[in-house]
Amino acid sequence: MSPYLQSLAGGGLIGLSAILYLILTGRIAGISGIFGRLVQGSSAALNGAFVVGLVLGPMIYRAGFGSWPVVTITASLPLVIVAGLLVGIGSRMGSGCTSGHGVLGLARLSPRSMAAVATFLATGMLTVTLLRGSL
Amino acid sequence: MKTTVQQIGAALFCGALFGFGLSLSGMLDPARVQGFLDIFGAWDPSLIFVLGGAVTVAFAGMGLVRRMGHPVFADSFQLPTKTKVDMPLILGSALFGIGWGLGGFCPGPALASLSLGYGTVAIFVVTMAVGMILHDRLLAGRLS
Repeated sequence: MSPYLQSLAGGGLIGLSAILYLILTGRIAGISGIFGRLVQGSSAALNGAFVVGLVLGPMIYRAGFGSWPVVTITASLPLVIVAGLLVGIGSRMGSGCTSGHGVLGLARLSPRSMAAVATFLATGMLTVTLLRGSL
Repeated sequence: MKTTVQQIGAALFCGALFGFGLSLSGMLDPARVQGFLDIFGAWDPSLIFVLGGAVTVAFAGMGLVRRMGHPVFADSFQLPTKTKVDMPLILGSALFGIGWGLGGFCPGPALASLSLGYGTVAIFVVTMAVGMILHDRLLAGRLS
């Protein structure tokens, strides 16, 4: 499968998962919300089950394709710590992340999600551009 | 509202489908995520296909959701009620984007790639949890 087709198919499954979760449970499959509520101990069984499923995903991929999906980490440890803190604080303050705003928010044509996606794409692009000195 | 076994089963199934989709899409790889954000450098456009595929399927599904009176395993849909673009939304999203760019990780791929057993991923997930707790304990409600 070509990389782009594989990305499109993977994206389609992510969308299917998000909409199925809404149809079945009535809840938004926003990962920062699910993990945030799990950390707070709210609906621990439900949110915990989603996170366990999420961790099982790459294992199912490995069982089907015979190898782990590629994960290349280049960031240094201090950078990873700063990144984790910012992603944690930012996703809670901004009421969502790439999944809640990026997938379901855009699909629901929510103005808040459109503003959030435009903002995090802009600061993300700016950060990588400065980090890699691409300009 | 009480959580039912059916809801927990749905969460496990949808989580696994989400994690498998992330694995197939290539978005689990922080280097590719950073490559997508590197628009002035060696740009990798594949994330557009991930997002495009996901939003298209979810958008089509929303048509069905709108015709449903209630979810299959619950009494009501729990959709966000806020409609105003406010300061916490923009500031939070801006900080999120900086963190996303620095590490190449967002919450979904970071949690899913815990299964590969890398210490760096585990450290990211722990600090992300710390960030969430810090926000919820110290910052929530002070910005609006």
